[in-house]
Amino acid sequence: MSSSLCIQGLTASVGGKEILRGIDLEVGAGQVHAVMGPNGSGKSTLAHVLMGRPGYEVTGGSVTIDGVELLGLATWERAQAGLFLALQYPVEVPGVSMADALEEAVAAAGGDRRDVVERLAAEAVRVGQDPAILRRAINVDMSGGEKKRNETLQLGVLRPRFAVLDEIDSGLDVDALRMVSSRVEAATTEFGLGVLAITHYSRLLNELHPDVVHVLARGRIVDTGGPDMATELERTGYAAYGGDTEEPVTGAGGAGDPAAGGDPFADPLA
Amino acid sequence: MARFSSAGLPSSAEEIWRYSRIDDLDLDAFELSDAGDAVAADVGVGVGTGSGDPAARVDILDGWVSSVELSASARAAGLSVRRLSELTEAPGGVGGLAEGADAFVDMATAMAPDALLIEVPAGKAIAGPVLVTHRLRGGGRATASQTLVRAGRASQVSVIETLVSDESVALHVPVVELWLDEAANVDYAGLQLLGRSAWCLGHQVSQVGRDATLRSLSVALGGDYARLRTDSRLTGAGGSTRLLALYFGEGTQMHDFRTLQDHSAPKTTSDLLFKGAVQDEANGVYSGLIRVRRGAVGTNAFQTNRNLVLAEGATAWSVPNLEIEENDVRCSHASAVGPVDEEQMYYLQSRGIRPEVAERLIVLGFFDDLLVGAPAPALHPTVRRMVSDKLQRHLASALPRPGAA
Repeated sequence: MSSSLCIQGLTASVGGKEILRGIDLEVGAGQVHAVMGPNGSGKSTLAHVLMGRPGYEVTGGSVTIDGVELLGLATWERAQAGLFLALQYPVEVPGVSMADALEEAVAAAGGDRRDVVERLAAEAVRVGQDPAILRRAINVDMSGGEKKRNETLQLGVLRPRFAVLDEIDSGLDVDALRMVSSRVEAATTEFGLGVLAITHYSRLLNELHPDVVHVLARGRIVDTGGPDMATELERTGYAAYGGDTEEPVTGAGGAGDPAAGGDPFADPLA
Repeated sequence: MARFSSAGLPSSAEEIWRYSRIDDLDLDAFELSDAGDAVAADVGVGVGTGSGDPAARVDILDGWVSSVELSASARAAGLSVRRLSELTEAPGGVGGLAEGADAFVDMATAMAPDALLIEVPAGKAIAGPVLVTHRLRGGGRATASQTLVRAGRASQVSVIETLVSDESVALHVPVVELWLDEAANVDYAGLQLLGRSAWCLGHQVSQVGRDATLRSLSVALGGDYARLRTDSRLTGAGGSTRLLALYFGEGTQMHDFRTLQDHSAPKTTSDLLFKGAVQDEANGVYSGLIRVRRGAVGTNAFQTNRNLVLAEGATAWSVPNLEIEENDVRCSHASAVGPVDEEQMYYLQSRGIRPEVAERLIVLGFFDDLLVGAPAPALHPTVRRMVSDKLQRHLASALPRPGAA
């Protein structure tokens, strides 16, 4: 049986305000689903609700991986059930190296911690990360691009069944975006990774090719289609879905893009 | 103990003793350690120093210097490690730096059976640390010790002092004086690993001469109430001092630090970083002052104190202060008291790491950050293991079974 991440009727609120109003989608092993949507549509909330971040209140629905309900589980248990989240703003952890953390993560999942350093080094090469960074404290004093590469190489070492990528493109220049995307895409065939790529911009999807594109607006999936939909959105914007017409769907969140100055989604740490 | 009856002691009404447990001290409850039996006794407590080839090893029991061993190469390089009483006349200034600081320094001066004098002649660099191990027999005894380090012009030496005792009641008053002549380079590390019924009232004072460099690390993991006052006086132009401390209290332990960065010469630098953690019902105190005196133009003085509070019943106080009488100086202080960062916990847990393991990683990381570049690197693994053991005890009991998010 092929693996699947199944989200049904998911509703959630933050501070008493309902943000997710019923999300339904299913990602199969090896598939790439994109979730696109304007600012405030609930994209990041979806990512954190899936991972179980404190402060987000789930009010209904279900999220399962191969039938195992995740919503009653603690964050670490969800990770062990096969879910991974690449954070939009990866957290700095002073004094803790990537190897220290991933050795614990791999050991917790029943893997061999002795392989971790070697696997990290191999993954670093694949996303163009300087291996010296692996000995430094996680994300401390790193650029936005280095942080996003860090997220991706953790994904490579941990080999989850499903990965939620929350604005993985923000803070990445074109070359880095290409390397990160190609690593994630390779994972879909290497270990059957299913991907839920959350993004505001279509530029990610030029590199990380989705099988399915969903449009999230006001807490609901309002449209679902093939890869062409991203192209269509690039042309028309989110206006048709009740999004802010001022918001460009193209543009680039990258630090290397001059347009980044006016981009509300650019990684402020980049 | 009559001479130092409790009547003559300071009280917590004085600012420098605020938050302390000084009011709980009953000197009359202690007896003085006796000379005769002290050196012969073996308390059977020790700690692995992990330092490959020390320049010297000194054992001190209840303040009595019981043995001094110098390596041949250190002796050839001119290192001298002696009891002060072996000298007919003490070198100028030695033994006077801490004088008059408070009642306990007076007490140590009067009570300490002998002082240990570590001297390095001008221009000599001593390879390997001088390892000094203080053992206390406890058993309700009050003891004191004096360690005097005199580093000559452009000399270099590293000194590591360790304090250990068993679990019986003890009171110890250690005084450490570090004297750095022009361009001297001294690394000093003090590890307080006393038993959980010991009181320790320590005083470390350094005088940093022209272009001299002091790096000091204080580690406090043991004791019931353990206080350390650290004064660093920058008296020569271009002198620099780096003061580091790591402390971690559990149970009802209290670690209490008072610091003074005292700049009286131009272009001097002091950089202080003290990091503490408290769990269970432990207390931590940090109170520090940067003083820039008139004439200390171009001073750079930094003071940072960070505290992790790992349990609801634990408390940390942090009181930084500045007193600046000169212009053209660069000073900063920062202090923080708080729990383990929630974002960091979430991040590590999102990788499948259990909360107790995530917390251990974060707390160890918090301290590892401080140990980078700190004196006595050979001891860091031991310190790390001891911190980890403390955390283990805490996490085994304190963390609730993680439920739904």
